[in-house]
Amino acid sequence: MNPTKFVKPKSLKDTHHNYCPGCGHGIIHRIIAEVVDELGIREKTIAVAPVGCAVFAYDYWDFDVTEAPHGRPPAVATGIKRVLPDRIVFTYQGDGDLAAIGTSEIIHTANRAENITVIFVNNTVYGMTQGQMAPTTLIGQKTLTTPYGREVTRDGYPLKVSELISVLDGARYVARGTVTNPKNITITKSYIKTAFITQIENKGFSLVEILSMCPAGIHMSPVEALNWVENELTKCFPLGVIKNV
Amino acid sequence: MKKVLQGNIALCEGAIEGGLDAYYAYPITPQNEISAYFAEVLPKLNKVFLQAESEIAAINMVFGTAVTGKRAMTSSSSPGISLMQEGISYLCGCELPCLIVNVMRGGPGLGNISGSQQDYFQSTRGGGHGDYHTIVLAPFSVKEIYEFAKSSFILAEKYRIPVLIIYDGYLGQMMEIFDTESNEGKLDITVDQPIDKNWILDGAKDRHSRKIRSLLMNEGELEKHNWNLKEKYEKIKKNEVRAKFYETDDAEICLVAYGIAARAALEAIYKLREKNIKAGLIRPQTLWPFPYNEIANLAKKVKKFLVVEMNLGQMVEDVKLAVNGIADVYFYGRPGGSLVSSKEIIDYIVSII
Repeated sequence: MNPTKFVKPKSLKDTHHNYCPGCGHGIIHRIIAEVVDELGIREKTIAVAPVGCAVFAYDYWDFDVTEAPHGRPPAVATGIKRVLPDRIVFTYQGDGDLAAIGTSEIIHTANRAENITVIFVNNTVYGMTQGQMAPTTLIGQKTLTTPYGREVTRDGYPLKVSELISVLDGARYVARGTVTNPKNITITKSYIKTAFITQIENKGFSLVEILSMCPAGIHMSPVEALNWVENELTKCFPLGVIKNV
Repeated sequence: MKKVLQGNIALCEGAIEGGLDAYYAYPITPQNEISAYFAEVLPKLNKVFLQAESEIAAINMVFGTAVTGKRAMTSSSSPGISLMQEGISYLCGCELPCLIVNVMRGGPGLGNISGSQQDYFQSTRGGGHGDYHTIVLAPFSVKEIYEFAKSSFILAEKYRIPVLIIYDGYLGQMMEIFDTESNEGKLDITVDQPIDKNWILDGAKDRHSRKIRSLLMNEGELEKHNWNLKEKYEKIKKNEVRAKFYETDDAEICLVAYGIAARAALEAIYKLREKNIKAGLIRPQTLWPFPYNEIANLAKKVKKFLVVEMNLGQMVEDVKLAVNGIADVYFYGRPGGSLVSSKEIIDYIVSII
């Protein structure tokens, strides 16, 4: 067996992350950086960071990154892409950012077939603000603001963003992956790559939802969080390519 | 070239002359002529026109285009501008140049669709969260709307700051003849050196990657950023105050008004002079920075000031700050989208002298 040498992607800065132990953001940042390197698009990539823990993404990626107000990355990305159509523009958003406060922007951006890519990190909680209920919180799941568990009669149902987006004509590629083990990481990376290629080929809107771990937010150990995402979260949010046209 | 244009259309032509690259907006009265015009004209010029799903999206699209260094603009009317305040705060925090136009209507709430000047506080005090200012231009004629729009991008880029143009719905709907070549209303922005664009995001080719952010979490970082902004604001205050003076040299009473109210005030001072009442007018063209010093200097010899606004009294507070107790400051205003007439102003002045 050939030993594989660890190489840092050019699109990642040589710095340490401030993410909590067991957090999924580090893995997701890295596979995005690998895809950007492999497609040779680092010099024309512009990313839009969210409000949430990944707000610091611009300290980790080594390409151009702007911040955006909470929930508005798709609108900001639209403003970039419309004037620089030959650049590769993507947003990186959490479930609070994209599926709660930013619902309007994500729906309309997808519906316009805006030629951008959205990386949607679903970890079921607002990690940055200590773990409140998110639109994607599971029924019965305990969070800071659902201390007795999410109740359908009060809080409604987990929002299935990818399925919702996939019915829009403007959405060309929609897939859901996770990063709980090397196999899933590899599959998710291939989704991200396809999403970027969708954009490079000017086909329109692409979105990859990634089920991720927020051990601190869901009050589990890193290993428990991994298992929970793999065994429980995937039951509500099935993995796979949802749309590819 | 001589033109006959409506205020809102003059705005569009001025912005295009000024190098507009992209326009994003959401429908609202009384400024719909602007998006209708841009929808027709911008695609022919290979510029971006996009109707956003909300004012919130529109201002964030402006933000996106602004980070690339391209010239972005939005327009709206009062309730829509309220929705944009978060985005404006971010634009100021990130120091991004752009043009935002508020064709003011009556408020509060849904109010009405008449012209008003009720957003003076919102415009000049920041409007959103945090310590910040935007440059606020207040044209009073169709020609000034044209000229201010034309110069707004240079002004915005010179200081990396959003420029607001605010005028009432009446000016927006009004038609006037003007000459694009005449000097009337020209802002004459002085730009010392080539404008620095070494902050824009267009892909990290042959340079280090860049980030644009207003989040500064390290010890003392945000305070330093705020002091830097303060230094910029002081420069703007020093360089960019614009005001017009009418018959102020021998004035015994000096009116202060901007926008459409200044047109009524201007008519009033000449009618008063026919009655041997020596009235003058100061008309701020920039509401921020405000002509405090100019008014303070006049207050050394003019004993009475009358502020005329189409609101319950907003700019009057700035005039009082400028006068600083050494002259009397009166206020005459009408809120809720009602126009003030020269006759009302004259009657009020006769009652106070």
